[in-house]
Amino acid sequence: MNCIIIDDEETARAIIQQLCSQVEELNVIEEFPNAIQAIKFLNNSTVDLIFLDIHMPDFTGFDFIQTLKNPPKIILTTSDKNFALEAFEYDCIVDYLVKPITLPRFLKAIQKAKSKETTISKTSTEKVPRISSGENDLYINIDRRLIKIDIPTINIIEAKGDYILIKTESQNYTVHSTLKKIEEKLPDDLFLKVHRSYVINIKKIIDIEDNSVLIEKDVIPVSRSNRPELMKRLNLL
Amino acid sequence: MTETPNLIYIKELAAGSDTFEQKLISIIKREFPEEKKEFLTNYKSKSFTKAAENVHKLKHKIGMLGFESGYQVAIDFEEGLKENNPALFAEFMLILESIENFLKTI
Repeated sequence: MNCIIIDDEETARAIIQQLCSQVEELNVIEEFPNAIQAIKFLNNSTVDLIFLDIHMPDFTGFDFIQTLKNPPKIILTTSDKNFALEAFEYDCIVDYLVKPITLPRFLKAIQKAKSKETTISKTSTEKVPRISSGENDLYINIDRRLIKIDIPTINIIEAKGDYILIKTESQNYTVHSTLKKIEEKLPDDLFLKVHRSYVINIKKIIDIEDNSVLIEKDVIPVSRSNRPELMKRLNLL
Repeated sequence: MTETPNLIYIKELAAGSDTFEQKLISIIKREFPEEKKEFLTNYKSKSFTKAAENVHKLKHKIGMLGFESGYQVAIDFEEGLKENNPALFAEFMLILESIENFLKTI
């Protein structure tokens, strides 16, 4: 299997190289300190397997995966256990290795990569049925306190790196979470992801232009791919 | 802090290859002071989100040098910094200093 390593930490790349050298079938053809260089490389080359660090400056491992049209198998390597759930949303991810990586755990991951069966079930990318709008409360963890938010009062949720900014009618909250996670907690009939970084409450829209919506004083971008779904959900005359 | 750094993980990884062991140690000796310096710069300027990213990277080296409770301290400190809580700074610095001293001996 031809593979590449993407990690901004040289120590981590050296360790993965060493682990790969102990598996005959693995051939490390290149390593990269950032995802951008890897994307350029993959424009002209194909690989069977990528060892991918999640936590990199500017362009995370998940950002990288989203740029791939036909992603090869990917083994995530990270010092953070918190992304495991997000990892399970991608079919191409065959395993999730927490650093420091040991040889036995590495070999297990390679076994999974070699096998046609991936650890990620195909059904994991199917939408989990969300709660109905009858369930109105959402609890968020801020400074070790659980704060209740009345869901219909949420205007916008914006992704900000490892955090999300929840803007409600009365207050804004910054929470360590992802848009994907909060989307699963919100009722389908009220909320829609209109852009990679924004989920909006469609009942709060004041007006819509070509590629943006106005909610209170915020102009929210609408990506071209999400616009048809938005238009379908509106009560158009 | 009762834990001290060790090379158990690195030696297991090297599987008898002195070349790899020395190569890895030399990379750590080069990267660690840079990462520590960057962390301190961000911490002192109260850029806690950036400092949390530095701790995240340092966490790997803390783990590979055999710290177990120290690794947990790093996890908690990283999370704390993301919430603007630097309470574990002194404890974290003890780990870094311990590693710094250890790297001078190998």
